[in-house]
Amino acid sequence: MKVLVAVKRVVDYNVKVRAKADGSDVDLNNVKMAINPFCEIAVEEAVRLKEAGTATEVIAVSIGDKACQEQIRTALALGADRGIQVETESNVEPLVVAKLLKGVVDKEQPQLVILGKQSIDGDNNQTGQMLGALANMPQGTFASEVVVDGDKLNVTREVDGGLQTVSLNLPAVVTTDLRLNEPRYASLPNIMKAKKKQLDVYSPADLGVEVTSHLTQVSVEPPAERQAGIKVEDVDQLVDKLKNEAKVIS
Amino acid sequence: MNFPVTEEQRMFLDSLRGFLEKEIYPHEAETDRAGEVPEELGEHIKRRAIEMGFYAANLPESVGGGGLDYTTMGLFERELGKVSYGLGGHLARPTEILLACEGDQVDGYLKPCVTGEKHESFALTEPGAGSDIMSMSTKAVADGDDYVINGMKHFISTPCVPDFAIVFAATGVDDTPRGPRKRVTAFLVDRGEKGFTIQRGPTCAAQRAYRTYELSFDDCRVNRRQILGEEGKGLELSDKWLGMGRVWVAAQSCGKAERLLELATDWAATRKQFGKPIGSFQGTSFKLADMATELQAADLMTMHACRQADNGLMRPEDAAMAKLYASEMVGRVADHTVQIFGGMGLMEEMPIERLWRDARIERIWDGTSEIQRHIIARSLLRPLGA
Repeated sequence: MKVLVAVKRVVDYNVKVRAKADGSDVDLNNVKMAINPFCEIAVEEAVRLKEAGTATEVIAVSIGDKACQEQIRTALALGADRGIQVETESNVEPLVVAKLLKGVVDKEQPQLVILGKQSIDGDNNQTGQMLGALANMPQGTFASEVVVDGDKLNVTREVDGGLQTVSLNLPAVVTTDLRLNEPRYASLPNIMKAKKKQLDVYSPADLGVEVTSHLTQVSVEPPAERQAGIKVEDVDQLVDKLKNEAKVIS
Repeated sequence: MNFPVTEEQRMFLDSLRGFLEKEIYPHEAETDRAGEVPEELGEHIKRRAIEMGFYAANLPESVGGGGLDYTTMGLFERELGKVSYGLGGHLARPTEILLACEGDQVDGYLKPCVTGEKHESFALTEPGAGSDIMSMSTKAVADGDDYVINGMKHFISTPCVPDFAIVFAATGVDDTPRGPRKRVTAFLVDRGEKGFTIQRGPTCAAQRAYRTYELSFDDCRVNRRQILGEEGKGLELSDKWLGMGRVWVAAQSCGKAERLLELATDWAATRKQFGKPIGSFQGTSFKLADMATELQAADLMTMHACRQADNGLMRPEDAAMAKLYASEMVGRVADHTVQIFGGMGLMEEMPIERLWRDARIERIWDGTSEIQRHIIARSLLRPLGA
C-alpha cells in the first residue's frame, strides 16, 4: 500500500506569533518554522503503517516555496521514503491545496492519503475534506485510531460527545486528530539518510492546476489583551457582579 | 543562536531539543534536590539515547559511533550545556582517548563504551595535583609483566559508577633540558580489581546530580597489556582529550547562557514594577544587551575553535580562549539573571538558582580560567623565548 502524507510548513508551535505593524499579515521575519503538528502526526501514522508491514512506500508532499523542502526533509528523516514539493510562491488557500494534492494523487495513485485535520496557522480544517470530494475518495476525519482491515480502513473519529468508528473503502483520505499517536523524534542515522532520499519538484502547471485565489485577507490583529481580574469581598458582591456586570446570571 | 547550520544540523538540533524537553527537563529540579539520578531513570535516558543514535555520537562510525564532526559536536554540547549534567551525561560521549585502544582493548573497553555496556571514567586529578598535574603522586611501578599502582584520584565526575578508569600514573622520571620530568602512563583499570576502590566523593554545590568519585589504589596490580597507548605517553593522550574538552565546556557554557538569557528576557518583558515591564528600565535592558552580546561573542569563538578542529588547525590557545571567555561569560550572565529576577532568582522553585550554581563550575573544571590564561600567554611569549 502506497501512502501519501501532506506536510505543511508553519510557524513553530512554541513561537509567540505577532501581527505585522501594518496589520497585513502575521510577522514571519526571523521566526522559527516547523512541520505543522497535525501533519507530524500524519507522518508518524504513515511510518508506523510501514513499520507494521502494511504500507510499502510513504511519500511526503508539501506545497510552497523552496523553504518547505526543510519540512519535507524532516518528514524523510522521520521515515518517509521520498518527497514531492509542489513549488509555488503564492499563499495558497485550502481549495487550491486540495486541487494540487488531487494532482499528486492522480500521478502517484496512493491507496491512502493522510493529512493533518488542520494547520495551526490558518486553522481552516478544509483541505482533507475538499481532497476527498475532488478525488472521489471516502474520508475519515479527526482520526484517533486507524486500522487497516484488508481493503477496508476502520477509522475512529473524535466527534462531539464521543467516538465514532467508520469503515472506509480504500483508497481513502484520513485527517489526524491530536490523540492519534505521539510523533517520534528523528534519530541521528535517519537524519543522515534523509539527504540521500529522492525529492521531486513539480509546478502547479505540471499537475494541471491553475493557482487562483478566491479569498482576500483583510487584516490580521492580535487578540484583545485580557483584563486583570478582581477580588470580591463576599458572595453577595460576587452574585451582584455576575448579575449586573457580567450579566451571566439573572 | 544566530549561526548558519546545515540541513542535517538543523534537523539534528530539532530532534535533540525535543528529546531533551521530553526526557531531561522534567527531572532536573527533582534530581538536583536529591543529589542523584535514580538508576532506572539513568538507564531509561541511556536506552532512549541509543535508540535515537545520540549515544557515542562523537566517536567515528568505524567503531560504531555517530561520526559527528567537531562543529556538529559543538552544537550538540551546546544543547547539553542547557541541561543538568547528571541527566545529560547519560547521552554519553565516551572519551576519544579510548580510540588509542589496541588489540583486545578494542573489544574490552572501546566498543562496550560505544554500545553503552560499559562506562569509563577519566582519572587524572588528585587532591595534591589539580592545575599542577606534574605534581601527581600516583605511581605505577613495573614488576615483571605487571605494574603495581598506588595513589589516589579525586573529583572523578561521571553520571554513574564507572566500570573502569583510565588512570594516569607516573612510571618514572626523565631528565629533560628543563629539568626532571615525570613519565606519565595511562592504564585501563577495571572496577573490582584487587586494591582498587571507588567511593562517592564530597557533595558539590554545582551540578548536584552529577556524581564525583574518589578512586584509590593500594598495591593494585595490572598487566602491562592494560597500558592505554604507550608507556610514558599518557600526557600526550590526555592533552588530546583536554584540548577538545575545553571547547566542549565553552559550548556548554554558551548553551547554559542562552537558557538563562531566554528566562531573563521573558521575565523582563512580563514582570511589572512601577507600572511598567522591568525591561523598559535601562538598568535591566542594558544588562540583557550585554548578555546577548557576550553570548554571541562566546558562540563565535567556540564555533571558530570547532571549525579549526575540523580542519586540523585548532591551536591550544584557540580552545583556551573559547573556554576562558565562554565560562566567564556564563558566570556574568547567570549573575545578571539572578539580579533581574530579584528575590525569585534565588528561590528553589525557579531554575535560576540551580543554573547559577551550575555555571560556577565551568570556570574551574577542564582547566581553571587561570590555567587558560597561562596557556594563552605562553602561546604569545614562548616563541620569543620568554
